[in-house]
Amino acid sequence: MNVLSGLLRPDEGTIEIFGDDSPVRSPRAAIDRGIGMVHQHFRLVDRFTVAENVTLGWHAPRAILRPGPLEREIARLSETYGMPVQADRPVWHLSVGEQQRVEILKNLYRGARVLILDEPTAVLTPQESLGLFESLRRMAEEGRGIVFISHKLDEVMAVADRITVLRRGRNVATVAKAKTTQGELARMMIGHDLPQAAAPGDREPGPPVLRLEAVEAADDRGLPALGGVELEVRAGEILGLAGVAGNGQLALAEVVVGLRSLSGGRVLFEGQDVSRWSIPRRIAAGIGYCPENRLRQGVAPALSIAENLIAKSYRSAPVAGRFFLNRRGARRAAEELAKRFDIRGADLDAPVATLSGGNVQKVVLAREISADPHLLIAAQPTRGLDVGAAEATRRLLIEQRNAGRAVLVISEDLDELVRISDRVAVIYEGRIMETFSAHEVDEEEIGLLMAGRAA
Amino acid sequence: MTSVRRSLQSFAIQLLAVAIGLVLSGLVLAAIGVSPYDGISSLLRGAFGSEFALTQTALKAIPLALTGLAVAVCLRMRLWNIGAEGQFHAGAIGATWAALTFSTDSALVLLPLMVGAAMVAGAAWALIAAIPRALWGVNEIITTLLLNYVAILLVAYLVTGPWRSSESFNFPVTDIFSPAALLPRLGGSLLHIGIFFPLIAAVVLLVLLRRSKWGFEVRMIGASPEAARVAGISMARNIIVIMLVAGALAGVAGMVEVSMSFGRLRQGISPGYGYMAILIAALAGASLLGTVAVAFLFAGFVVGGFALQALGVPQSFVLLVQGLILFCALAGSTVTGARLTPWIPGRFRGRRRLETLQKEEPSTP
Repeated sequence: MNVLSGLLRPDEGTIEIFGDDSPVRSPRAAIDRGIGMVHQHFRLVDRFTVAENVTLGWHAPRAILRPGPLEREIARLSETYGMPVQADRPVWHLSVGEQQRVEILKNLYRGARVLILDEPTAVLTPQESLGLFESLRRMAEEGRGIVFISHKLDEVMAVADRITVLRRGRNVATVAKAKTTQGELARMMIGHDLPQAAAPGDREPGPPVLRLEAVEAADDRGLPALGGVELEVRAGEILGLAGVAGNGQLALAEVVVGLRSLSGGRVLFEGQDVSRWSIPRRIAAGIGYCPENRLRQGVAPALSIAENLIAKSYRSAPVAGRFFLNRRGARRAAEELAKRFDIRGADLDAPVATLSGGNVQKVVLAREISADPHLLIAAQPTRGLDVGAAEATRRLLIEQRNAGRAVLVISEDLDELVRISDRVAVIYEGRIMETFSAHEVDEEEIGLLMAGRAA
Repeated sequence: MTSVRRSLQSFAIQLLAVAIGLVLSGLVLAAIGVSPYDGISSLLRGAFGSEFALTQTALKAIPLALTGLAVAVCLRMRLWNIGAEGQFHAGAIGATWAALTFSTDSALVLLPLMVGAAMVAGAAWALIAAIPRALWGVNEIITTLLLNYVAILLVAYLVTGPWRSSESFNFPVTDIFSPAALLPRLGGSLLHIGIFFPLIAAVVLLVLLRRSKWGFEVRMIGASPEAARVAGISMARNIIVIMLVAGALAGVAGMVEVSMSFGRLRQGISPGYGYMAILIAALAGASLLGTVAVAFLFAGFVVGGFALQALGVPQSFVLLVQGLILFCALAGSTVTGARLTPWIPGRFRGRRRLETLQKEEPSTP
């Protein structure tokens, strides 16, 4: 998408637009050649009116903006495609659905012949989605090309003529809608047979450590992120949480750790309702967390490796006394962790920012695991790591499970989840769709569930 | 590039920036018919050129350094304490209350009481802004700034109302303090033990920040508020503690000024120390010892300005010259990013490392 719209340049290969395969060098060039992008997060100026947003950066008026003709043109376009907007209203007055229409109109006004929509329905109500589909149909009939990006299979089946499945940056297949089924698409999305889950062994999972009961929470924009999550993680098991990015996984982790407050339901940890506990209290009770964004939330990059290693143990002996840090104790603790977790080539006094991604993850894991948590939550633990570091990370997680701790792993990598988990839960739009034993996972079924279809 | 070379380079840029400031000032002076050389040299001599000049500069540096520290400690946690001016006035009120209330001839008893009362008053003043910031995220820049006016007006009320001296011929001032309320002078000089206050404060704070558990929390929050939160460090408590510390520091500055510069409470006890403090702390990159050093230079600047006036340069032009030099110095330190410590966010080196690191992380699809 970013390549098409000129934000990124391809390392290799060419893009042919209407028979012209010269490279697209800038967003401006992409617009000139008829490419229109509707991003998932809108690129609109809140304080400007609809008309001003439509014209922004495009045929800029010489000195004075004459809104009249522009607004008439917008009105004509919005009529033609059945997308009502009021051109003279500031964007921040508009609903999300209306803002999306402005984005689309902006591209039409600029003469887009190919319109690319990134997850356009994510922000729409079902009715609004239907209206959008109708407008898109009309544009397609007119001879425009529409690229509709979505992970919701229903919608793709409802709106598309042809469907392309992408997986890990590769084009898996392109099929005509009439000749495929949702089941086939789901299989293509997963890609291949999932790896064999580890043999069940004789381990019996212990009592439940974490229970979520009808948990509801809002995301940062105030939109519902979790809508009644029911989940249980037992001692001595790894529960894998599968789902397409942005379906509430992050909110779920944050609710358990205490970074996000609940709007409904409760979180039980070892039988106690911890919903209103502070973060330090939850840490003291034994909840460990390896956040998804390691460099923002996991470590303080400008502080030294040693300081980051003791960032949770600095409160008590041997790292600290009543009031002052025990410098020798802190040093020894950090050295021990660096050795035990094999944080290689590290000058403990160097800033964490000097470490590789894999070693940063080791610092976080070392700190969390050494606190001896009863529950360990790892969000996207192997994202961005090289193969070796990813494997080491998975091994550490499995060790924790074998040591009888409850482990919750959130990942978009389904293979990984199936390989290390005992059970896999699928989350979609803030709800747990289904929970499987890792041995029973079926590609098609899990693919459909991740795309919002009850199997 | 090695760090030595980089710091040499940034030092050179700083020097160049100040030189540009001096040249510009020279032009301004020449424009009003004063020899630039005479002007600049009398400014420097007036600040650092004689024992008297140095003494004046050192005395001026006390309130600047203490209020500067009050701003700097908050910067360590990414808080902008614009309220050192108000905390200074609150401290002056606290010290005056102690001086007027306790009738004792013993300086050994009265002075600690005054310092204590000034610290409590300054801290309490800061607390008014700290609590809403800690609990509801109310912007501390605005609240601390507004509280400055309240504190200044409170002083005006006290000296025109309840605390007005009966022997002052209706001037709005309090009674003059008893000798026990004055800080002891050093030897026969004009210097007094107050010059140790900023030094003691800076060293104590430095040790606390480096070695204590509290200091670790402050550094963690300063380096990465989000990581600190995830690690279970209480933001609210630390905001309140650091603001209390800042208020106490600025309060002591107020105590020193009413005790030694005026010997009583009156209006106009500060020419804007609390605002200069912001510049000083920013120039020093929130380094504690750096703040004390910059405060001394800054004080020289203020004192030297009087010498410039003696040369016949109007006060407004003195301010203009001072402004020009300061502006260039600030611009220089911004260009190089060569603040003295790594605590302030966005320092050039750390950021670039971070960017290369983040490239390893694939962007979310």
